[in-house]
Amino acid sequence: MVLFRFFEWLGNTPWSVALHESRYVFLFVLMLHVLTVSVFVGTAVMIDLRLLGRTMTHVPASQVIARLVPWSEAGFLVMVVTGSLLFYASPLARYENVFFRLKMAALVMALLNAWLFRRTAYRRVADWDLDPVPPRRVRVTGALSLALLAVIITSGRMMAYSAYWFG
Amino acid sequence: MSVLEFCRWVQYSAPLVAMRASPWVFPVIATIHLMGLALIGGAVLVVDLRLLGWGLQAQPVAALAHDAERWLWRGLLVMVSTGILLFMCFATKYYWLTFFWVKMAALILVVAFTVSVRRRVAMAGDADTSPARCKLVALVSISLWTIVALGGRYIGFP
Repeated sequence: MVLFRFFEWLGNTPWSVALHESRYVFLFVLMLHVLTVSVFVGTAVMIDLRLLGRTMTHVPASQVIARLVPWSEAGFLVMVVTGSLLFYASPLARYENVFFRLKMAALVMALLNAWLFRRTAYRRVADWDLDPVPPRRVRVTGALSLALLAVIITSGRMMAYSAYWFG
Repeated sequence: MSVLEFCRWVQYSAPLVAMRASPWVFPVIATIHLMGLALIGGAVLVVDLRLLGWGLQAQPVAALAHDAERWLWRGLLVMVSTGILLFMCFATKYYWLTFFWVKMAALILVVAFTVSVRRRVAMAGDADTSPARCKLVALVSISLWTIVALGGRYIGFP
């Protein structure tokens, strides 16, 4: 209820209304958000496929991670900034959108998955760095990451249809 | 039969009318199309970032290109097959959008560029290609793919 009131207030702030009513600024932000999928999810997928032993198997896993994670993080930053703006344009509609909630839940789980990996298996990366196919634990992390990214993309796309289906 | 007549015929054929009647077929296909975007993005960037000097610099380009290309074709397979379905759903709409034809032209160009110039430069490796040439190839590749992606986003607006 507190959140509802807060988002109601947020949606009535002048900048939120302006963003909501602007045709081109909003569409530009949306375009940036969608196209950056190719950078953020794209590089993350290549890392996950390495963790699964499905690509770049001759490259040490730590190298793939060290060189591609900065790009994934940069893409993520763009996603968060543009995503926040899209949220700010109509806070209540997003908050009440079931797919938005699903997307945020999957996002938190994906971040948790990455964080846990850093704290556990990645600390002992030297043990499996050169393995073409990393140990099972690492492969589970990669598979989980891929699955969660798929949920994020799916729920993100479905957000647009929420009102159409359930409205 | 003209192209427009063909588009009309596809769009109003019985299976496509049935597909459009379903509220979830188009969104689901569009979602899979988006996943293809991620796959292509990753496979393209691994090689192009390396050519630009911002990627896996310790690795030979040839090996990376060889590995990434497999995923590029898989991504493209997902994109093209779902893209054809999306096109058929509203073929006449896309027919009238200039950006749709720009997208198709850029797609054909970038695929041709990838299997010819980019592949040759990647297979030759750093020793035989100047850094400037590598960077130019990567820039052309990224620019063309960006036009394809932009076109995709643009033609999707109602």
